[in-house]
Amino acid sequence: MEIKVLGTGCTKCKSLEKMVREKVAELKLDANVTKEEDIVKIMGYGILSTPGLVINDKVVMSGRLPSDKELNELLSKI
Amino acid sequence: MNFFNSSKGKIILPILLIPIWYIVYYNLQAFTDWFVFSVLGMTKGEHLAEAIWFFIFEFPKVLLLLTLIIFFVGIVRTFFTPERTRKALEGKKTFTGNVLAAMLGIVTPFCSCSAIPLFLGFVEAGVPLGVTFSFLIAAPMINEVAIVLLYGLFGWQVALIYVLTGLFIAIFAGWVIGLFKLEHWVEDWVYKTKVGQNASDIEKIKFSDRINLGYNAIKEIVGKVWLYVALGIVVGAGAHGYVPAEFMASIMGKDVWYAVPLSVLIGIPLYSNAAGIIPIVSVLIEKGASLGTALAFMMSVIGLSLPEMIILRKVLKLPLIFTFVGIVGGGILIVGFLFNWIF
Repeated sequence: MEIKVLGTGCTKCKSLEKMVREKVAELKLDANVTKEEDIVKIMGYGILSTPGLVINDKVVMSGRLPSDKELNELLSKI
Repeated sequence: MNFFNSSKGKIILPILLIPIWYIVYYNLQAFTDWFVFSVLGMTKGEHLAEAIWFFIFEFPKVLLLLTLIIFFVGIVRTFFTPERTRKALEGKKTFTGNVLAAMLGIVTPFCSCSAIPLFLGFVEAGVPLGVTFSFLIAAPMINEVAIVLLYGLFGWQVALIYVLTGLFIAIFAGWVIGLFKLEHWVEDWVYKTKVGQNASDIEKIKFSDRINLGYNAIKEIVGKVWLYVALGIVVGAGAHGYVPAEFMASIMGKDVWYAVPLSVLIGIPLYSNAAGIIPIVSVLIEKGASLGTALAFMMSVIGLSLPEMIILRKVLKLPLIFTFVGIVGGGILIVGFLFNWIF
């Protein structure tokens, strides 16, 4: 599973990356978590507000932080 | 306790808390009087008593108002995503577009760190440059924290004046920028960037999750601004008790013609959020500063900020940044002079 956190460096983007990494470790997922900071590439995903969460090249959330429950659901769906 | 974590509990909890909020809020003044004059045994009219009274009354009052309003605004904002706002603004005619953009700027969640993706996304989708600017001006300037503080410290009339003049400036500045056709001052790469189409507009949110986001907004915003509010009110309380009335009249009074432009010039590089600046402004007014001058100062501090300019520099060439600051600054000047002249 490819997980990308989109964000240019705002505090929420950093917290999202941390949340995702912790959740991946907690659920013992076989996932590759990367952070995309290049604005041109971020725009390629069509989001209007950061942070964005991309799982297997699909935007699943943008502009806010998910709750713990939501993140569980998002990550275990795939 | 588990009940309040369930979906139903999350909806019922605020309904239970609102009456408590109401009782506390409407008894705060009586409580402060009792505490300062009976428990502490201070004398009415004394400087220290006035200062302590001001703090004990204003700080909880503003926090209570903030918590309540931010909770509801947090819920309302889940309905106004930037994606929906963009859709509403696509292909709008300039003037109507400017009005709509400025109004949507108030309710759409916005953080200056998202200014770039938002700008690119809007411009790429065919939202006119001037309309995009109306949004970018209104969004930071007219925010719920500013409105709550103005209402709490000045009353609803000033809060309303702030919102209306803020809207006027956002509409006016965006409209002028649109009129000048300044697209060539946008960095070239902006129009070459391909914006993807898989934005998560389809995202469905359950009502209990919206309530949850209301709680999150309280945690996030009140958690961040309470300290600024406290500091602002401490400074305010100190001045309230100790600085002589009419002290500011000779510096920021309505007869000092250069006070408005000077306030705007000082306000632009000063970067503070509404939470810190408004309690201080409330004291400036109490000590003789005129409403127009104080309003101009407040707007330039909140609405024009250096960090945001630096972020926008990535997508805008320098002349456009200066034009933007110049037109918004000009709008603020007009507002300042107008209010000094009326009142």
